[in-house]
Amino acid sequence: MKTTEPPAPVPAESGVTVTKAGVPAGAPPEERKAGGVLNVFSHGILVIWAIMVALPLVWAVMTSFKDDAAIFGSPWSLPDELHFENWSRAWTQAHMGDYFLNTVLVVGGSLVGTLVLGSMAAYVLARFEFPGNRFIYYLFIGGMSFPIMLALVPLFYVVNNMGLLNTIHGLILVYIAYSLPFTVFFLTAFFRTLPGSVAEAAFVDGASHSRTFFQIMLPMARPGLISVGIFNFLGQWNQYMLPTVLNTDEDKHVLTQGLVQLAVSQGYKGDWSGLFAGLVMAMLPVLAAYIVFQRQVVQGLTAGALK
Amino acid sequence: MQHGKYRFIVGFLAVPLGLYALFVVWPFVQSIYYSFTDWTGLSPDFEMVGFANYARMLDDEIFWKSLRHSLLFALLVPVVTIGLALFLSFMINVGGRRRRGGPVVSGVRGSAFYKIVYFFPQVLSIVIVALLFAFAYNPDSGAINSLLRAVGLGGVQPLWLGDPDLALWAVMAVIVWSTVGFFVVLFSAGMASIPLDLYEAALLDGANRITTFFRLTLPLLWDTVQSGWVYMGILALGAESFAVVHIMTTGPGGPDYSTTVMVLYVYQKAFRDGQAAYATTIGVALLLVTLAFAALVMKLGRRERLEY
Repeated sequence: MKTTEPPAPVPAESGVTVTKAGVPAGAPPEERKAGGVLNVFSHGILVIWAIMVALPLVWAVMTSFKDDAAIFGSPWSLPDELHFENWSRAWTQAHMGDYFLNTVLVVGGSLVGTLVLGSMAAYVLARFEFPGNRFIYYLFIGGMSFPIMLALVPLFYVVNNMGLLNTIHGLILVYIAYSLPFTVFFLTAFFRTLPGSVAEAAFVDGASHSRTFFQIMLPMARPGLISVGIFNFLGQWNQYMLPTVLNTDEDKHVLTQGLVQLAVSQGYKGDWSGLFAGLVMAMLPVLAAYIVFQRQVVQGLTAGALK
Repeated sequence: MQHGKYRFIVGFLAVPLGLYALFVVWPFVQSIYYSFTDWTGLSPDFEMVGFANYARMLDDEIFWKSLRHSLLFALLVPVVTIGLALFLSFMINVGGRRRRGGPVVSGVRGSAFYKIVYFFPQVLSIVIVALLFAFAYNPDSGAINSLLRAVGLGGVQPLWLGDPDLALWAVMAVIVWSTVGFFVVLFSAGMASIPLDLYEAALLDGANRITTFFRLTLPLLWDTVQSGWVYMGILALGAESFAVVHIMTTGPGGPDYSTTVMVLYVYQKAFRDGQAAYATTIGVALLLVTLAFAALVMKLGRRERLEY
């Protein structure tokens, strides 16, 4: 089809603007008009929403470089000079550095644990027939739709009785447990799609079940592990409800709690510029990582909903 | 494959299942049990009280308020979010100008850019989003009211989160703002997989874009829309609404309980007021609302699955 078409005198691609000028001259006038109107309209809407999304973020970055007087006096003006001291104050005095470290520890431990334990359970549930298989599978899946807050009341006392309250490793164990439903759901579906012949061949060659899993199946499942890993990373990094209940010791706070703490204490200290510096500090690494790994992040986050 | 099979299965399942049972399943079961006791959470002693907590709940005015607000969250937030996301993703994927020799429908220029920007809030913690907007809503020095002043609307200076009639809407808008992008990307992927000749046939038959959307795009996308709806509703009943209400509104819970949602009320009863048993009772009500919501959406949305 395309090859029989004569080349358009003015390539449509050159018209970056949304005016009618870029419409190829050969198009019938009526269609050109309709297409143009729709095009202007849809671009208009899309640009407005893009501004509505980006503006608060840009505003936050701008505000983090202002002093307090400017924040209150003229919220929308550019900073008169770049007040980098806001950032260093937030990092040291407001303990953002410590919160960062805590979060890295908690999320690092939870992510590894979730992926290892989740893939082990999912592999067994996907690949082996045994009595109770379906029951255990649905037990895991059910956790996705139950309101976590209902479990949190007794969970607080379970964790407390085990001496795990306000500890990093306690928080890691709880994060893993609450990440398992989606991880098992996603990876079970993934392991089912992998061909069984490779594992059987390895088994015939004398590899044990666990060796087959770790050396053959796990490497084959890498794309699935990356997707579910990104999903869990963001969920655990941004987690607020679990630490709010289980991690009330200020020294052990994670980033999200630290920010809320900072916001509350700014109420009487009045260091709003420090708060904004803290917010932007927490925001930028995640945004930067998203822009770099954009394709994988989108795949990881939408994979579950598309299943 | 029989050799050592059961030992392997047990070995692989024991730790994940044990952890899950201890920290997730067991607390859920306990919760339901505690809702029939007078446990305070502060001392280990308690007695069975039958349905006393449930009777108290039905008489609790704040509970009814929180239920109303939670229902609003579950019904309104997903509808607005998904409606807006469908509109935007249709614009991105089908709103493009028809190019000579090109396909009959096409995406707008820069569609990749729009998708990247729209997705920004999704990777940010809801905590960051809530704190940002709490400040933007500040009546005196917040970004929104000063923007209104700048465009000459100095007379319109709402109190936003301080106004009992506005606070809930202001909080809901924040959840919509932060989740629309996720659904735009999700629906765009679905729309991209709809074959172009279907559009071609529809347009040849004289359908305009609006008809095309309702008769072609939406039915083919329905499965994704439905599961997105359930997912969003569960979030709006649970974690998301807890974070925004807990962080953004005074109290927390807003002036005159105007933003108190069920999940926040559970938290406050258990960890602020020392009424753990009563908190689990409200939690059980929240569980019922969540399950009823999911069942309703699945039932309302059931239609024949379309293959293409």
